[in-house]
Amino acid sequence: MAETLFFNALREATDEEMARDGTVFVLGEDVGHYGGSYKVTKDLYKKYGDLRVLDTPIAENSFSGMAIGAAMTGLRPIIEGMNMGFLLLAFNQISNNAGMLRYTSGGNFKIPVVIRGPGGVGRQLGAEHSQRLEAYFHAVPGLKIVACSTPYNAKGLLKAAIRDDNPVLFFEHVLLYNLKENLPEHDYICPLDKAEVVRPGSDVTLLTYSRMRHHCLQAAQLLEKKGLSHDPEIIDLISLKPFDMETIAASIRKTHRVVIVEECMKTGGIAAELSALITEQLFDELDAPVIRLSSQDIPTPYNGKLEYLTIIQPPQIVEAIDKLMTDQV
Amino acid sequence: MTTVPLSERPVPQIDTSDFQMTKDEGLMVYEDMVLGRLFEDKCAEMYYRGKMFGFVHLYNGQEAVSSGVIKALRPDQDYVSSTYRDHVHALSAGVPAREVMAELFGKETGCSKGRGGSMHMFSAEHRLLGGYAFVAEGIPVATGAAFQCKYRRDALGDENADLVSVCFFGDGASNNGQFFECLNMAALWKLPMIYVVENNKWAIGMAHDRATSQPEIYKKASVFGMHGVEVDGMDVVAVRKVAQEAIARARAGEGPTLIEALTYRFRGHSLADPDELRDPAEKERWGARDPIQRFAQYLQDRGLTTADELAAIDQQVQAVIDDAVEFAENSPEPKPEELRRYIFAED
Repeated sequence: MAETLFFNALREATDEEMARDGTVFVLGEDVGHYGGSYKVTKDLYKKYGDLRVLDTPIAENSFSGMAIGAAMTGLRPIIEGMNMGFLLLAFNQISNNAGMLRYTSGGNFKIPVVIRGPGGVGRQLGAEHSQRLEAYFHAVPGLKIVACSTPYNAKGLLKAAIRDDNPVLFFEHVLLYNLKENLPEHDYICPLDKAEVVRPGSDVTLLTYSRMRHHCLQAAQLLEKKGLSHDPEIIDLISLKPFDMETIAASIRKTHRVVIVEECMKTGGIAAELSALITEQLFDELDAPVIRLSSQDIPTPYNGKLEYLTIIQPPQIVEAIDKLMTDQV
Repeated sequence: MTTVPLSERPVPQIDTSDFQMTKDEGLMVYEDMVLGRLFEDKCAEMYYRGKMFGFVHLYNGQEAVSSGVIKALRPDQDYVSSTYRDHVHALSAGVPAREVMAELFGKETGCSKGRGGSMHMFSAEHRLLGGYAFVAEGIPVATGAAFQCKYRRDALGDENADLVSVCFFGDGASNNGQFFECLNMAALWKLPMIYVVENNKWAIGMAHDRATSQPEIYKKASVFGMHGVEVDGMDVVAVRKVAQEAIARARAGEGPTLIEALTYRFRGHSLADPDELRDPAEKERWGARDPIQRFAQYLQDRGLTTADELAAIDQQVQAVIDDAVEFAENSPEPKPEELRRYIFAED
């Protein structure tokens, strides 16, 4: 076991997969000589050369399209979005080409491309650098969408995404890059389509992903501190598309109560879709309405206090659980 | 012959007097041009008979560009990408007329299994990267195929990797950012890329000269230190000549070329376009420059063939197209239970 920082776990995954398969390459803004804005590709160009760790001009739409063309013709590109928000500029290529082209072509081509980078709300980065694109891309057919949350799953999921023959949108979080964890020495991957039960519990199912996983764990500790006996089961969705409904349903059949905690905006968010699915498929299991705890429907403000108020904080999760468990909902 | 107005850009003259073309090459190119023309005529007929639907953009008049460039490539090896006006590029790339027609009929036997339609012809077997229906979006994809070719040689050490990628698009696309972004990257990395802009003077109703501050598109290559050349897109010999030069440069690792072919579409933008904005005199002037008639004359003047031999080819091609229609008519539709197939690679 070696203690590894989150960004280094991603770097190890990239390095190992590039060593394993010559067709794997990274491209994006400042991924080469600069090492990536969060150092995920630091010094890899020294080992693999400038072509396999390709510094691109600042032209998101075109270098994303270029990666798709390379994927269609046999390579396995990893596109780094310096900030995932910048990929709004590549929305057309990601939806029309990465997502839909295999279908439109009647199966002629596959597009094994990973599109990864930092998403989420950071610390006072302003609205444009605080996007949560997972919700924007959720409706695009043909994409797999994954959010990692720990050094362990970051490494295992990225390796699986690189080996997958489909386009995978891979969300990291700007505030998680310095998390540390002991990682196994041996090669491992994590399945892209499986949710993770982070904390078993019996009273209420907390469905969450990315950084909010850690907020939910803090909420569980707060419950204990406050002497509240509610016992939440925390599930990290990992796969935002498709949802692992098997794991989700098993938990709901046990708890009969659901709180979804997300960092994207409430309107058209991940929780909106998930809540609808739960209502459609598990209505009879529910003892209370599904609760959504989401960010405010506003551009993320720069001011620190306003920003704090924009996203969900652990006390709000505690409050929601307590209300739900005391029949105040 | 009508007079050319002073405002119209003169057609570039490329000296092809020394250009070598064997009889086999000449007839192959001629057959491909006739295939393109008669196929599109049949599409119009089938569209009006209610056999195909949606937007159908025909290529009549521009055949010298598709045949002149694609028939100079290595079949089933080099890459080709196209736009919504893609039927004829698909045919030149070697996709059988049966599969293109069946795709237009929405049948399971179509090259995109009936999922793509007129604007989305694909064939991995024939290295057709596809028809891209948003203007300019195919340019980065084709550039990616060229990157892959370079990657095989330089990163994977395959010394024999010398394939090239050709991207067709129209004058309208040349004002889009992706065009400039990709020219920059292709020139920067010396990709084996050939950009072919088919300047037919019109987007839908937007005249090229009203959409750009610099109508001579080939000159835009110079900004990127890239080779740019203009060619008479109604002269297949000239197109083939500049294409061969560009392909040789790309294979040799000398980088990309921008070819601007001055051409004209003999029909409206699509079969839904009433085509009311283009001056009849302009249409007549360009119609008189029909690339197929011109090439037929060239072949005969050079003693490479006879009128009878060409007529026989015309007949053979018509038979191929009639067979394609019959094949498309009799082919099954996609199965309803396969509605969700091909979303993911494992399907």
